[in-house]
Amino acid sequence: MTLYFLCFILFSIGLYGVLRKRNIVKIIMGIAIMSYSVNLFFVLLGYKFRGRAPIDAHDQGIVNMVDPIPQALVMTSIVIGLAVMALLIAISIRLYEKYGTLDITKIRRLKG
Amino acid sequence: MKALNMIPLFVIVPLAAAFLNSLFGRYMRRFAEVMTVVSSGLMLGLSVYARILLESAPDKILVYKLGGWAPPFGICMVLDGFSGLMLVVVNLVAFFVAVYSVGYMEKYTDKPKFFILFSLMVCGMNGVAMTGDMFNLFVFLEVASVASYALVAFGTGEEELEASFKYAVMGSVASSFIFMGIALLYSFTSTLNMADMARVLSYRHSVWVVPFAGVLFLAGFSLKAALIPFHAWLPDAHSSAPASISAMLSGVLIKTLGIYSLTRILFNVIGAGQGYLKALMFFGVISIIIAGMLALRQSDFKRLLAYSSISQIGYIILGISLGTPLGVFGGLFHLFNHSVMKSLLFLNAGAMDYSTGTRDLKEAGGLDKLMPLTSKTNLIASMSISGIPPFSGFFSKLIIIAACVQSGHFGYALCAIIGSVFTLSALMKARKLAFLGEIKDRMRGVKDASFTMKISMVCLAVMCAAGGLMLLPPFRFFIETASGVLLKGTSYANIVMKAVLR
Repeated sequence: MTLYFLCFILFSIGLYGVLRKRNIVKIIMGIAIMSYSVNLFFVLLGYKFRGRAPIDAHDQGIVNMVDPIPQALVMTSIVIGLAVMALLIAISIRLYEKYGTLDITKIRRLKG
Repeated sequence: MKALNMIPLFVIVPLAAAFLNSLFGRYMRRFAEVMTVVSSGLMLGLSVYARILLESAPDKILVYKLGGWAPPFGICMVLDGFSGLMLVVVNLVAFFVAVYSVGYMEKYTDKPKFFILFSLMVCGMNGVAMTGDMFNLFVFLEVASVASYALVAFGTGEEELEASFKYAVMGSVASSFIFMGIALLYSFTSTLNMADMARVLSYRHSVWVVPFAGVLFLAGFSLKAALIPFHAWLPDAHSSAPASISAMLSGVLIKTLGIYSLTRILFNVIGAGQGYLKALMFFGVISIIIAGMLALRQSDFKRLLAYSSISQIGYIILGISLGTPLGVFGGLFHLFNHSVMKSLLFLNAGAMDYSTGTRDLKEAGGLDKLMPLTSKTNLIASMSISGIPPFSGFFSKLIIIAACVQSGHFGYALCAIIGSVFTLSALMKARKLAFLGEIKDRMRGVKDASFTMKISMVCLAVMCAAGGLMLLPPFRFFIETASGVLLKGTSYANIVMKAVLR
């Protein structure tokens, strides 16, 4: 249970980074922390104390395995996170070229 | 072809179009646009055909088992009335926007890349509408979202990049919330299939896990749907994107990713309690009023339309979250109407931008004489969205207001009427400044939009004008079956499981 709460705290740290930081790179890091904490949480859900890898070997029964589904799902989620991250970093590079700053409070031509 | 075998095509065809575009689009001129228009036209035909075939299916539901693995172990795709409605809406708007983009995207470089991203976005939205599996929903949602982040930044100007960055940050936060909610529900029910999850949740109750997941979904999907406390990304993204993409974002993306997913999960999986419905109703009414007022003071045409979108989303949410048969019917009917009207309005704004080079209403003027067709279609769409009687928007708003009165929410009904007045005055302001009045000097020599743009605007205007006919008995099943699915609530589980065994 403690581990799950630590995941939530990590999630909140990421959210804090997104909401409070002014530097674009730090905001992107906040998003990364959020998505990693959710992935960690999902993997931990399938974890079992002293469980073994979910491989159906020749001489072993299907006992005491960790849940393989979260692992498969988190793999997909990591790939999606990579795509989002790559896009965000590409946009931030172009933003730096256009505005000459990474400070989000100075990048505000749109308002109203 | 049997209806069941048609189901995966809605994901396969746009995906294949995107793939072929990226292979050959660079070498052959016009390959990408022809491919995209043909594939989205095919999808429009197939979605209408599938919707009609669905009527003869038992229980009006079709379940496709991916790879032959029966749910709850495998992933399934479910086509029921609600999915059918969303499929028709998505593919209808996507087809006309694709036709429009052939002319409109001339002013941008690298058209093939635009059509690749466009096809991927349609693929993601079709997937969201069809899927019957929680994680699959998340994956398709991300496919559509990532494509739309990139499409908003397509012009790579300063404003586009800023809007896209804001949208991408908010969208990723929303996705994290949604994924956390899915993880919590998985930990509680040990299944990912929506129907199976609903079955487990119906007999296992929890004090905090399910409400917590419900609130996470509420926050995540409201961010995607841009209800008012979560709306900050929408006006920027909608006003900066290319007009055809604004039409897609406002017309279908926020509805499929936001409203459809939210209502599907709340009504059919978790089982909408009074708490969720009351919160949603409140958000809806707040959106109607505040966004209506904000729309009044905009002078950028697309920004005005973006605020009006938030306000109309409020109507849809208000109607659906009333939870009464009339309210849900009105909400879904308004969803259909709004997707046609708002995409037409954004296409008008795009035509104005294309011909005059400005989106600012104060700089334009007298366009009625210079761009007669754009002006006429804009008049139809404006009257329809503000609820002037013969047009479709009137009927859906009337049903929503009547449903509010019927269920005793007189204050909300009054707010809905006031919101409609705001919409009317905002759009009449746009008409007065842009289309009526004297022709300004710098507007001389402006020509109307190109041929493909005109075609899609005229078709959408005809649908706006004729939308009220959907209420007549021969066509009413289209909305009625969809609202029936929502009203059945968590007995959705039994219906899907029965269809699986068939």
